[in-house]
Amino acid sequence: MRLIPFALAFSSVASVATAQTPVLNVLTYDSFTSEWGPGPAVEAAFEAVCACDLVFSAVGDGAELLARLQLEGARSDASVVLGLDTNLTAQATATGLFAPHGQTAGNDLPVPFADPNFLPYDWGYFAFVYDKTKLATPPTSFQELAASDLKVVIQDPRSSTPGLGLLLWVKAAYGDSATEIWAALADNIITVTPGWSESYGMFTAGEADMVLSYTTSPAYHLIAEDDATKAAAPFTEGHYMQVEVAGKLANAPQPELADQFLTFMGTDAFQSVIPTTNWMYPAHTPATGLPDGFDQMITPAKSLLMTADEAQSARTQALDEWLTALSR
Amino acid sequence: MADRAVTLIAAGLAAAVLLLLLAPLAALGLSTRSLALSEAELAALRFTLMQAALSAGLSVMLAVPVARALARRRFFGRDVLVATLGAPFILPVIVAVLGLLAVFGRAGWVNNGLALLGLPAFSIYGLQGVVLAHVFFNMPLAVRMILHGWQAIPAERFRLAASLGFTPAATLRHIEGPMLRAVLPGAALVIFVICLTSFAVALTLGGGPRATTVELAIYQALRFDFDLGAAARLALLQFALCAAAYAVATRISLPLGFGAGQGRTGGPPAPNGWRRGLDAVFITAAALFLALPLLAVVLNGVPGLRHLPASVWDAVLAAAVRSTLIALASTALALSAALVFALAAARGKGWPALAATLPLAASSLVLGTGLFLILQPLFRPADLALPVTMTINALLALPFAFRILLPETRTIYADYHRLGASLGMTGRAWLRWVVIPRLARPMGFAAGLVAALSMGDLGVIALFAGEGQATLPLLVQRLMGAYRLEAAASAALLLVLISFALFWAFDHWGRRYADA
Repeated sequence: MRLIPFALAFSSVASVATAQTPVLNVLTYDSFTSEWGPGPAVEAAFEAVCACDLVFSAVGDGAELLARLQLEGARSDASVVLGLDTNLTAQATATGLFAPHGQTAGNDLPVPFADPNFLPYDWGYFAFVYDKTKLATPPTSFQELAASDLKVVIQDPRSSTPGLGLLLWVKAAYGDSATEIWAALADNIITVTPGWSESYGMFTAGEADMVLSYTTSPAYHLIAEDDATKAAAPFTEGHYMQVEVAGKLANAPQPELADQFLTFMGTDAFQSVIPTTNWMYPAHTPATGLPDGFDQMITPAKSLLMTADEAQSARTQALDEWLTALSR
Repeated sequence: MADRAVTLIAAGLAAAVLLLLLAPLAALGLSTRSLALSEAELAALRFTLMQAALSAGLSVMLAVPVARALARRRFFGRDVLVATLGAPFILPVIVAVLGLLAVFGRAGWVNNGLALLGLPAFSIYGLQGVVLAHVFFNMPLAVRMILHGWQAIPAERFRLAASLGFTPAATLRHIEGPMLRAVLPGAALVIFVICLTSFAVALTLGGGPRATTVELAIYQALRFDFDLGAAARLALLQFALCAAAYAVATRISLPLGFGAGQGRTGGPPAPNGWRRGLDAVFITAAALFLALPLLAVVLNGVPGLRHLPASVWDAVLAAAVRSTLIALASTALALSAALVFALAAARGKGWPALAATLPLAASSLVLGTGLFLILQPLFRPADLALPVTMTINALLALPFAFRILLPETRTIYADYHRLGASLGMTGRAWLRWVVIPRLARPMGFAAGLVAALSMGDLGVIALFAGEGQATLPLLVQRLMGAYRLEAAASAALLLVLISFALFWAFDHWGRRYADA
């Protein structure tokens, strides 16, 4: 298990006292800054080159991040917001709080991706994860899953970003027939949890055969726990992607540092931390490649991703269909 | 005696409570222009009311025989059992849910047992699971409140009844019945309102969006739609439901009027024969229902303790120290306010009870968001983390403290008020010599509950948390978010142990002091 020394997490506290050092505030979600997330290593690496003090402040998850930003408005003392996904960026752009990043560097995403306001730092595929010792032949599509008597646990799109991702996954794969798929899946869904953690906890406790998570989730068990029993089931419809992005605020107190941070985000020092802390794919594959174990993750035959605008206009109707189908 | 002073202080406190509860709604831009509910919101309202009514009714119904059995029996382990009754209530939601699932879930002990016997499986997912979980959380609370009621009946009453040859039925009607009529509506009210704002339990065990509560609709308004006005409207609806429930409970409830005893309480007489067997059944069943999920929490948490990285222990220690300090400060605040409200309510005023009940119906998300909007232009939110956390914890714990203190405060007032007045006692002397000694038992329990609750709350304060201020619940959440489920279970176990230790220390003090 690769654990970042705890002291690193607090190393910034000591440097706050020096008044001349500029402070770059980055607003992000909680698991990014936690001791087990990328935050501590990213902070140490950036502070080594920026002559600044990088301070993360964190809220629950991506959706909460957007709500927090809307509450703070132009008063926010953050210069960078890190951790929205592309299902939320249309709404984020509409707030008018973001400034164009002006960067031209590309990325290694499996689909073309460019946004004038947001730069990706990692990405992953949503997938249903199962235990190979308990389930020999996993379903290969939503239809097979719906026809089986397997029990899955998913997350609520109203309170969780993966939950919203699943909603758009089904919508992207099935369009107008999404309602029928949800109706057919209803008896497979034992329950819907408010967030990812509760679902994953229930899955590992043996309550469900499969859980909505990521294709890279088994990498955690493989690398950190030396446990090869977990796997993600490839679906023939393709897998919807989550692309996590960061952007600069128009009212950034430190616009130059913000630009420097967004550039740094694309370098190996940042990207090489991502796979084994956020358990996602880095947006730029580092020179050293991916850690051992990631090669065993499934590669979906087809990558699904709505543009920010498509996601924004699809989600309200998709939510209504979801609620109707599962409330019967 | 300082009757008017108490009423004045209570009025000031009530105004402060209302301001704390309603200002956030105003900050969110509550417009009363369109109060009509959408179809989905009506469905959420129906489900919310149904599960809350079922949970409160069942919790109280089941609590009465258990409390009575505990009041009249003495057995080995009774003290431990009475103390443990506080435990389910103070469990963090996700920990409790995983504990309940280990017992009642698809792969749980009960279903494994049923399968061995060739019986069909029990599904916890649905309304039955929501109610089961709410009864698990709240029935023990009801038992403790009703037990206080039984213990507050002066021993002379039971002796008088015995010398008059009362049958058990007559004792129930003339002595225990009036006590239940005074205590049960309040207990049911508290549980009903707690369940009104349930969200994670209802959704997780409810099996999906069928189990949408008003609180989840608020979540959707704030997180999915970012419609602040809609969230404020739904939050107002919760307050209205709470006020309506309060009005109903007040109509049903009757004040006690036994007259003063000699301050001795021995509990009701303990009949032998089949009643003894029945009491044993009630106590055993309740103990198993509570202990098995708790045991599962312990079993989940123990294996990870050995592998917990040193950094986690450091964080656990730091978070525990911080949480304990917050808990102590919140307890002092909540208990003082509750005592003032209870004294004012004992003087026959209705509004202190309403003011001390409304915080239960507060949506913590709306409260936190509103306070954030109010304070953020003036302060850095992270600078306010400590005072906001203490105030909000105290506010949210006030209803419990008040409800626990109220029945005995009323009795004291009815029994000793004139005596105190005739002796010309000052307010302070009256508190010192009459009120505090007789309130020790409920005060200890209330303080324990408040302290333990303050350890666990995350909702409101999340918006104000800054860097390096990880509380234990936040740490548990972070571990879970980082796939460290085993470590999370261990950290959760430590959280539960510290909460319970705090609860036990206060509660034990109260019971020792009262028995002395």
